[in-house]
Amino acid sequence: MMKHRLNQHLQAIRLVLARMRRSLSSTLMICSVIGVALCLPAMLYVAVDNVSRATELLQGDAQISLFLKQDIAKSAVTALGEQLRRHPAVSEVRFVDRDTAWREFRSGLATDHPASSLEQNPLPDAYFVKLKQTDPESVSTLQQEMQAWDGVELAQADASWIKRLYALLQLGKQAVLALAILLAFALTVIIANTIRLQIMTQREEIEVSKLIGATDQFIRRPFLYAGMLYGGGGGLAALLLLYAGIVSFNRSVAELALLYGSDFHLHTQWADLSLVLVGTAVIIGWLASYFAVGRSLAKLQQAG
Amino acid sequence: MIRFDQVRKRYPGSDEILRGVSFEIAEGELVLLTGQSGAGKSTLLKLMAAIERPTSGTVLIGNQNISKLRPAVIPYLRRKFGLVFQDHKLLYDRNCFENVALPLYINGVTGSDAAKRIRAALDKVGLLNKEKAMPITLSGGEQQRLAIARAVVSRPSILIADEPTGNLDESYAGEIMALFNAFQQVGVTVIVATHDVNTISQSPHRALHLSQGLLEVQITEFA
Repeated sequence: MMKHRLNQHLQAIRLVLARMRRSLSSTLMICSVIGVALCLPAMLYVAVDNVSRATELLQGDAQISLFLKQDIAKSAVTALGEQLRRHPAVSEVRFVDRDTAWREFRSGLATDHPASSLEQNPLPDAYFVKLKQTDPESVSTLQQEMQAWDGVELAQADASWIKRLYALLQLGKQAVLALAILLAFALTVIIANTIRLQIMTQREEIEVSKLIGATDQFIRRPFLYAGMLYGGGGGLAALLLLYAGIVSFNRSVAELALLYGSDFHLHTQWADLSLVLVGTAVIIGWLASYFAVGRSLAKLQQAG
Repeated sequence: MIRFDQVRKRYPGSDEILRGVSFEIAEGELVLLTGQSGAGKSTLLKLMAAIERPTSGTVLIGNQNISKLRPAVIPYLRRKFGLVFQDHKLLYDRNCFENVALPLYINGVTGSDAAKRIRAALDKVGLLNKEKAMPITLSGGEQQRLAIARAVVSRPSILIADEPTGNLDESYAGEIMALFNAFQQVGVTVIVATHDVNTISQSPHRALHLSQGLLEVQITEFA
């Protein structure tokens, strides 16, 4: 029984492959159309993914500056330093005492600058804290937490640019999603229409087959496989296009990056991406042909 | 094997085509179904092959009442039949071999096993040398024989032919009837619808005569 089932499926696949070989050019054309359609959101995804990877590198610099109160005792300053070093969210702590800060500040000033005539040091002691987590929410929670500490005059998180970047990336991700949904819809229509046309050209065969005892599944099966194969072929075509695009981009961007002393290049997780791309395409192909076959068979049934 | 009991059939918007038909066909019998065109022969054959359902009355095939079958099991019932259609219904986009292969593929028979049976069927109807030919290149008689090969390739227990000699010369018609006789000899139940007077008069078999939707006379002749 099991073997019989398997045989039925193999038979359907062989039939479809034979049909596709017979109309090779149109099969390749359909696959490349699907490939181009799939390739667009995939490329956008790779771009967004890489930008967000790049910002993670930049965010290594994300920090909170803690300016301490002027009248704070030396012991309290040390205690705060300890507290910061023990804090789980903190990766690095740098202390700048007010005298050093003042010296540095004044050395950078022209002698006739009004600030250089100040008698007293107006600057506070400060801790510059690098954080482990760099997303805007956790940075701002930490900033609020530290602001509440005793002896802290001002905790300043320079996070607004990160926020903006994050918002932008979020927008990019949403654009990828929207594009993917739109194109999935387009793919469904393309594949469903292709399958519908094939059913129409094989109308006689379907009618005769039904008359001599073919089950609906038997008739449906080759078309479902055809849809899946179109999807799979399109997915592979998309991968090929994407690969070509990324390789050529990396080649031209490498020179530019070299000028900036960076080794930036587009990074792609091929295994995951291929699986998702081809898998989605196959599923869309199956769904599209399932709808197409269902509708067309119902129509044939009415006519016959 | 096949039993009709007070079978009536009416298509929507038409007169009654069959008006209470009852008969029985035994296993291994060859029966002619005669009557003028429009008498309801094709409809009766369609009821037999579960292509149509009766408006009222019962059609029993084996012991199955076809009116009560779920649509899902009808394909399996149809595989018991070999059907030869009035208009052949050959597929003109493939060669003779592939035409005959269709019922086997539907039954899940493929490969060398299928090839053997296809060649045997083609051989039986005298078309073994034409397996690569396209049906359109065959003569009318050859096309009809190809249709018969397709009908018998899956070794059905019942063979139903609708006007198989319809447009053929007398000699061709004789050949075809000889083929049906040969199938009956090996135990196949054969039902042949025809309006061809020659076929009827030369046949030693029972004939059911349909006239205006009624089974008129049951002629029984013995050779």
